[in-house]
Amino acid sequence: MKYAFSFLAVIALILIAWAGSHIPGMPYFFGVFVPYMAIAIFLGGFVYRVVQWAKSPVPFSIQTTCGQGKSLDFIKHNRLEAPDTTAEVVARMLLEIFTFRSLFRNTKSELHAGPKITYESSKWLWLFAIIFHYSFLMVVIRHMRLFLNPVPEVLAFLDWADSMFEIGSPSMYMTTAGLIAGVVFLFSRRLVNRHVRYISLANDYFPLVLIFAIGITGALMRHFLRGGIDIVAIKQLAVGLVTFSPVINGEIGSIFYIHLFLVSTLLIYFPFSKLMHLGGIFLSPTRNMKNNSRAVRHINPWNPDIQPHSYAGYEDEFREFMVEAGIPVEKELPAKKDEE
Amino acid sequence: MAVPKLEQLSKSVVQGPSLATGAIPTRDWMDIPTVFKEGNYAYVAKKDKVEYLDSQKGLHFPNAREWSPEDEDWKLPENWKEIIINGLKERLDKFRSLKIFMDCCVRCGACADKCHFFLGTGDPKNMPVMRAELLRSVYRNDFTLAGKILGRMAGAREMTVGVLKEWFMYSYQCTECRRCSVFCPYGIDTAEVTMMLRELLHLVGIGINWILEPVSNSNRTGNHMGLQPHTFKDNVDFLADDIENLTGVKITPSFNRKGAEILFITPSADVFAEPGLYTAMGYLILFEAIGLDYTWSTYASEGGNFGLFTNNETMKKLNAKMYAEAKRLGVKYILGGECGHMWRVLHQYMDTMNGPADFLEQPVSPITGTVFSNAASTKMVHISEFTADLIKHGKLKFDKSRNSHVKATFHDSCNPARAMGLIDEPRYILDHVVDWVEMPENTIREQTFCCGSGTGLNTDEIMELRMRSGLPRANAVKYVHEKHDVNMLSCVCAIDRATLTSLMNYWNPSVGVCGVTELVGNALILEGETRGELDEGLRTML
Amino acid sequence: MYNKGTIIPGLMIFIVFVTFPLWYNRLSAGTVPKPDLPIGQKECVAPVSEMRDNHMKLLNQWRDAVLRDDDRVNVKVGGKEYRKGLQTACMQCHTDKEKFCDTCHTYAAVQPSCWDCHLTPAVAASKKETH
Repeated sequence: MKYAFSFLAVIALILIAWAGSHIPGMPYFFGVFVPYMAIAIFLGGFVYRVVQWAKSPVPFSIQTTCGQGKSLDFIKHNRLEAPDTTAEVVARMLLEIFTFRSLFRNTKSELHAGPKITYESSKWLWLFAIIFHYSFLMVVIRHMRLFLNPVPEVLAFLDWADSMFEIGSPSMYMTTAGLIAGVVFLFSRRLVNRHVRYISLANDYFPLVLIFAIGITGALMRHFLRGGIDIVAIKQLAVGLVTFSPVINGEIGSIFYIHLFLVSTLLIYFPFSKLMHLGGIFLSPTRNMKNNSRAVRHINPWNPDIQPHSYAGYEDEFREFMVEAGIPVEKELPAKKDEE
Repeated sequence: MAVPKLEQLSKSVVQGPSLATGAIPTRDWMDIPTVFKEGNYAYVAKKDKVEYLDSQKGLHFPNAREWSPEDEDWKLPENWKEIIINGLKERLDKFRSLKIFMDCCVRCGACADKCHFFLGTGDPKNMPVMRAELLRSVYRNDFTLAGKILGRMAGAREMTVGVLKEWFMYSYQCTECRRCSVFCPYGIDTAEVTMMLRELLHLVGIGINWILEPVSNSNRTGNHMGLQPHTFKDNVDFLADDIENLTGVKITPSFNRKGAEILFITPSADVFAEPGLYTAMGYLILFEAIGLDYTWSTYASEGGNFGLFTNNETMKKLNAKMYAEAKRLGVKYILGGECGHMWRVLHQYMDTMNGPADFLEQPVSPITGTVFSNAASTKMVHISEFTADLIKHGKLKFDKSRNSHVKATFHDSCNPARAMGLIDEPRYILDHVVDWVEMPENTIREQTFCCGSGTGLNTDEIMELRMRSGLPRANAVKYVHEKHDVNMLSCVCAIDRATLTSLMNYWNPSVGVCGVTELVGNALILEGETRGELDEGLRTML
Repeated sequence: MYNKGTIIPGLMIFIVFVTFPLWYNRLSAGTVPKPDLPIGQKECVAPVSEMRDNHMKLLNQWRDAVLRDDDRVNVKVGGKEYRKGLQTACMQCHTDKEKFCDTCHTYAAVQPSCWDCHLTPAVAASKKETH
C-alpha cells in the first residue's frame, strides 16, 4: 500500500506538469517560478535544518570505536576506527562519506538448526548504494553543462567519459543506467527483504519512486521523446535561471517540464525528509568525535550541578561500624553519652 | 519464571515463526499491542527505592507507587502525556545525537540482524531500527512538518498509553551494546535512543527494580550490593585469607587510607560473588607482587554505575563519588578494575560530568615509569592497560603452566570494545598467561556480541529473554568449545562474569567464566610463595 | 559543544557549491548561438524543428544504413535526392562546421563523434590541394 501510494503521488505530479505545461503562459510557471521556489526552499530548508541540529550541543563524547584505541605504545592503534587526532577523524569521516565504510562491513545472519547462527559478508546493499549515489552525483554534475556558459573543460571531459561507450546518439550515459539500476535495486530490496519490508514507510518508497521517475523522464527526453527538446532553448532557460534573466524560447516538449517539475519536487521534499542524511552524516557524533575523551576533557554546556551523596553523610551513617572494623574515619565517635 | 528446557528453546529460536526465522507479520507494527505477562518483563522498582532516590538532591524519580506492568492502569500522573512530550522536547534541545538520530535514519535495515535481542527473539520491534522507530514515530507526530501534515502515512503516531507500554517493553530489551552503531552508515546509536526512552519513562515513574535498587544502594552505601563499610572490608579480607591459604603469602589490603598513591575501584560484585571473587583475588595478588601503594575505598566501593541505565543526572551523581574520594584521600590517580559499563562512564562521561580532576596527577606507573598519556585528563587507568604495561616491561614473572587446566577464549565486552577501543590490551595479557583462542571473527572485537543481560537486565524473572538474547554469544563460545575444547570464557567485565555464567550454564554447561586478572593471578609468581599444585588455580578448594 | 567552527564553514561550502552557477556565470547569460544558415537554400531533408530535435538520430541511422547494411539508396525529399552522408549531403549546404555545427555543440557541450572519421569541407579541401 505504502509503495502504491508513492507511485500514485508521483503519477499525480507527472500529470500536473504534463497538463500544466500545455496551458498558455504556464510554461513560465513550471519553467521559472517552480524551479526558483524549489531551489530557495531546498537551500533555505537545508541550512535551517542543519542550524536546528547545531543548536543542540553534543553534551558527551559518544564516539563509537570500531578498532583499538590509542593506548600503550606497543599496542597497535587503529587510527581510522578509533581516531585520536583531528586528522584521523577527518580521514574516518571522508571514508565514511565517500566509501560508505560502515555499510561495507555489512553481514547477513542466519539461524540454523542446532541452534547455530552464521554470519556471512553481504555487500549488495553497499554496492548498489555506491552505484546509486555516485551515479546521482555524476548526473547532477553533468547537468551543470546546462547552467554554465561557457562550459568548463572538466565538465566536457566528464560528459565524454560518462558516455564513452557511444551507445546510440545522443549517446547513453553510464550514470543514467547506474542511477536507474540503483534505484530499482533499492526499491526491490524494500519489497523483497522481509526486515526492510516491514520497516519501510511511504517516506521510504516515495523518494525512490520520485528519483526513478526523474531518471526515466531524463532518459526518455534524451533518447526517445525528443519532440521539442531543443537543447539550445533548454540551456538558454537554465542559464537564464542562474543569471536571473530567464527566457523560454519557443516551445519546449512537455517531457522537459515533467522532468523539471519532478526535480523541483525532490528539491522541495529534500530538507524535510530522511534525505537530509546528506547533511546529517557530517554531524553524527558517534563518527565525528575523537576517541581521546580520557586525555582531553569534553565540555558539556548544560552540565548540571549535582553533588554526590557526601562522604560526611556516609561516615555519619556508618561511623560506628567503620571504627569497629578499623577503617579510618574523619570524625571520631562521640563520647558514649551524647548520642546524636 | 521457569526457563524453557534447552531442547525446547533451541527449537523455538530456529523454528518459531518470527521475523528472524522467515515469517512476516501480517499486521503493521503500529497495530500490534504490547502484552505483558510474567516472564517477559523485569519487575518494576519498589516504591521505597523510588521514594528514596527522589529525595536525593539533584535526582528526579517521581510517581513512586505500587504497580505492575500487567495492570491495565499504570497509575500514571494525570498529565503524563504532557510530561513525556515536554521531556522529549527538552532532550532534543540537550542532545544533538537525538536530533540527528531521529532525522537521518533511511531505514536501510543494515542494523536489523545485528542485534542479539532480534536474533534471539525474532521480534520485529527488537530490530534496532524499529526500536528507534518506536520513539521516532512520536517525534514525527509532534516535532516534524511531514508528520503533522501526513500523520500515519509519514510514519507518525500519537503518544498513547499503548505507546508508553511499548517503550517500556522494548527499551528494556536493549542492552545499549552499540553493535548496531558499528554497522549503521550514519553511526546511529540505538543506545542513545534507549537511554532517552528510559529517561522519559522515569519522568512518569516507570523503571525496573533491578536497576533502581542497585542505584539507591550505590548512592547510600557506596556499592550496588548495599555492602556496608565493615562488610565490604570483611569480604576483601576473606579473599586475602583465601590467598594466604592458597599461596602462603599474607596480604593486608588497606581501606580509605589517606596518602596512598593510587585509589583502586572495581565493581563491588568482584568482592561479593563468584566468579568475580577470583578476579578480585587476582587484583590482590597482582598488587602484592609489585608492591603497589594503593587503597580500596568503602565510600567509592562501586566501579559500576547503574545510573548509566537510568538518566544522566543519576549517572553523574553516582560517578561523582570517585573524584570526591580521590580528592579526600589525596591519591595521585585512580586505577579501575575490569568492568564494561563502568568503563563506558569513565572513558566517555566522567571527566565531562565531574571533571576537571586537577587535584590528581597524570597517571604514571610507579613500577615502570610509563606515563599513561591517554588518561592525562581523566586520571583513571584501566587495569588491563596497567597490567599489559607491567608485562611489557618484564615486571611480572609468570608460570603459564599453572593455567594449563584452562583453555580460554576472550569475550570483548560491549563497552570497552565499542566505546573505548580497549581491545588488544586484554589479549596481550592473555598471550602471556594462558593458552587461548579467538571466537569467530564476526563475534569479537568491535563486532562482539553482548552477554544479553547488560544495562541492568541480569535479573532472574526474565531468564528466557536473557538466554535468547545471549544466544549469539553463547553460540560463538560453543563453536570454539567444540573445535578447540575451550573450557573458559574470559572477559573484562563484572556484569559479564555474572551473566555469562548463567548463559554458559544454560547453553554450554562445560564452559566456565572468569576475569582476565584471575588468569593473571593464577600464573603470577609471588615472592616467597609456597603455592603448590592447584588443579583449578585460585578456585581450588583446599 | 556546538562545533560552530566546523558547521558554519561547512554550510558556507555547501551554499557555494549549490549556487556555483551564479558565481561562475557572474549574472551574464553569455551569447546564444546563432548558427550560420546556408545561403539560398530553404529545403532540408526534414523540417527545421524536426532536424533540430533529431538530426543526431538521423545521422546515426544513415551511418548504420550505409556502413553496416550497405544500403546506399538515396533519400528523396520533396523531389530532391540526397545521398546518405554527412559530407555528401549535409555539408554540401552547411559548408562551415565551425559556424554551423560547432556553435550549438560548443554552447551545450555536446561532443559528437562525427569528426573522428569525417573531414570538414575546409580540411577536405586543404587535403586535396596537398595531394
